Amino acid sequence: MNLYLRRRVVNRVGLTLSILATLFGLFWLVWLLWTLFGNGLRWIRPSLFFESTPPPGANGGLANAIVGSVILTIAGVGIGAPAGILAGTYLAEFGRASRLGAIVRFVNDILLSAPSIIIGVFIYGLIVLRVGHFSGWAGAVALALIVLPVVVRTTENMMRLVPDSLREAAAALGAPSWKVTIVIVYRSARPGILTGVLLGMARISGETAPLLFTALNNQFWSTDMSRPFPNLPAVIFQFAMSPYEDWQHLAWAGALLITVTILVINIAARMLLKKRGKA
Amino acid sequence: MESPGQFSTGNQPPEPASSKVPLHAAAGIPAKKAAPVATPKVEIRGLSFFYGKYKALHDIDMDIHDRQITAFIGPSGCGKSTLLRTLNRIYELYPGQRAAGKIMIGGRNLLERADDVNLLRAKVGMVFQKPTPFPMSVQDNISFGVQLYERLSRPDLEVRVQWALEKAALWNEVKDKLRQDGTALSGGQQQRLCIARAVAVKPDILLLDEPASALDPLSTQKIEQLITELKKDYTIAIVTHNMQQAARVSDYTAFMYLGRLVEFGDTKKLFTKPAQQQTEEYITGRFG
Repeated sequence: MNLYLRRRVVNRVGLTLSILATLFGLFWLVWLLWTLFGNGLRWIRPSLFFESTPPPGANGGLANAIVGSVILTIAGVGIGAPAGILAGTYLAEFGRASRLGAIVRFVNDILLSAPSIIIGVFIYGLIVLRVGHFSGWAGAVALALIVLPVVVRTTENMMRLVPDSLREAAAALGAPSWKVTIVIVYRSARPGILTGVLLGMARISGETAPLLFTALNNQFWSTDMSRPFPNLPAVIFQFAMSPYEDWQHLAWAGALLITVTILVINIAARMLLKKRGKA
Repeated sequence: MESPGQFSTGNQPPEPASSKVPLHAAAGIPAKKAAPVATPKVEIRGLSFFYGKYKALHDIDMDIHDRQITAFIGPSGCGKSTLLRTLNRIYELYPGQRAAGKIMIGGRNLLERADDVNLLRAKVGMVFQKPTPFPMSVQDNISFGVQLYERLSRPDLEVRVQWALEKAALWNEVKDKLRQDGTALSGGQQQRLCIARAVAVKPDILLLDEPASALDPLSTQKIEQLITELKKDYTIAIVTHNMQQAARVSDYTAFMYLGRLVEFGDTKKLFTKPAQQQTEEYITGRFG
């Protein structure tokens, strides 16, 4: 009975601590969202999506920055995700027990935790200095380097979840190994791989540091990737630090937009994984 | 496209059985084991198998007969699944696994074949312990294997799908859900789908690795009936944990223990008058 009592007490204490820790995390998240919605929501208006960033004191919106960010994100995912999926495929299917596989996995983990500003500086040295000016492409490559390790990791994990019995079954029909990978394994792991790509996308859509060194910013409408490129994070950075009130309002609206977008992408990724669980 | 036909000995379903059927099989009577009437389909000679340094099979010698069912029994870890997995070289998917010796099919040692192992696997089908439907529709599950080596028109493909599903006694249950996901079928149906999938590519030999061990008794019964039915067209090798199952469905039985073939012969004889004491102890349940 003594033992039983002790276990109950320990259980109660453990449970209380876990709940407190959860509440601690939730508290900040809710506060953050609360502040964002409180300050940003009233500045979300149609002009935000149709007018470019204004000079101080004038009317304007964030259209150039929004479109710029969307293009940068898509380009970053477009470059980083295919490479990441292929590398993840190598790790899961061919380099499982090999030395090269272990090295790639290790290096990928380092890249995964590399501070994004380091990636920005790296691309600055690699592309911006050589080309001679900031550009959208440099920004896209920097973002791709952030997407890459996320996609490599999730692709490998998701493909490894596909049981070997399925690979054996396909091989036993006489299927060559490339066909087993593409038709059977990819099909089984598709929702998981897509989730990885979405998570990578969510990760880069708010990245600021790597863009400051690469795409810089552009206060005018531009879709020319070889020039400095408008993007939301840099606009928020610039406008939020400014002394002009209308710029600050736009910064709030932009911050809210990015946060909601990331939230939506994350939720979409969760739902994709859930659907997979059912099937 | 290269033809996988080089492994064939001519018994291609669904064409009517040719003159190559062994006499005892054609007459429907169990073979008198001592002197096999026909040449064996598969001749295994001095077969050894290694998982890395561990030797899992020791000098196996035996024949697998054409259009007969050969069962492999023995306690867990005796090497019966390993033996089956050498017959289509599926073990090669894993580095460190290696076979030595001879497995002769149609006069050639399949272990020494330098050319495409996939052609061998198209002729030696395999069904696994756990049902392994691909994450695609019932129809695509079957078409996948067929389209690897044959270019069929859509109607021809549909005919083949139906033919395979009928062979696997599944057609009546799934004819209205051909577009449904194969993974949504019941366990027993999934396993019959896997058999249909294997049959659809028209192999000569079917390897069944405990095909009913994950199924309920009713599904097991269906699978057993199906195996007996398939014997008309295919040479079948089946690994089973269930001795009653071996006794019910097989013509020949091989009893294995610790990686060695202890006894091999006519099923009836092996179960009633085993020559080896170890066999007798195993089938009477005294060990294993």
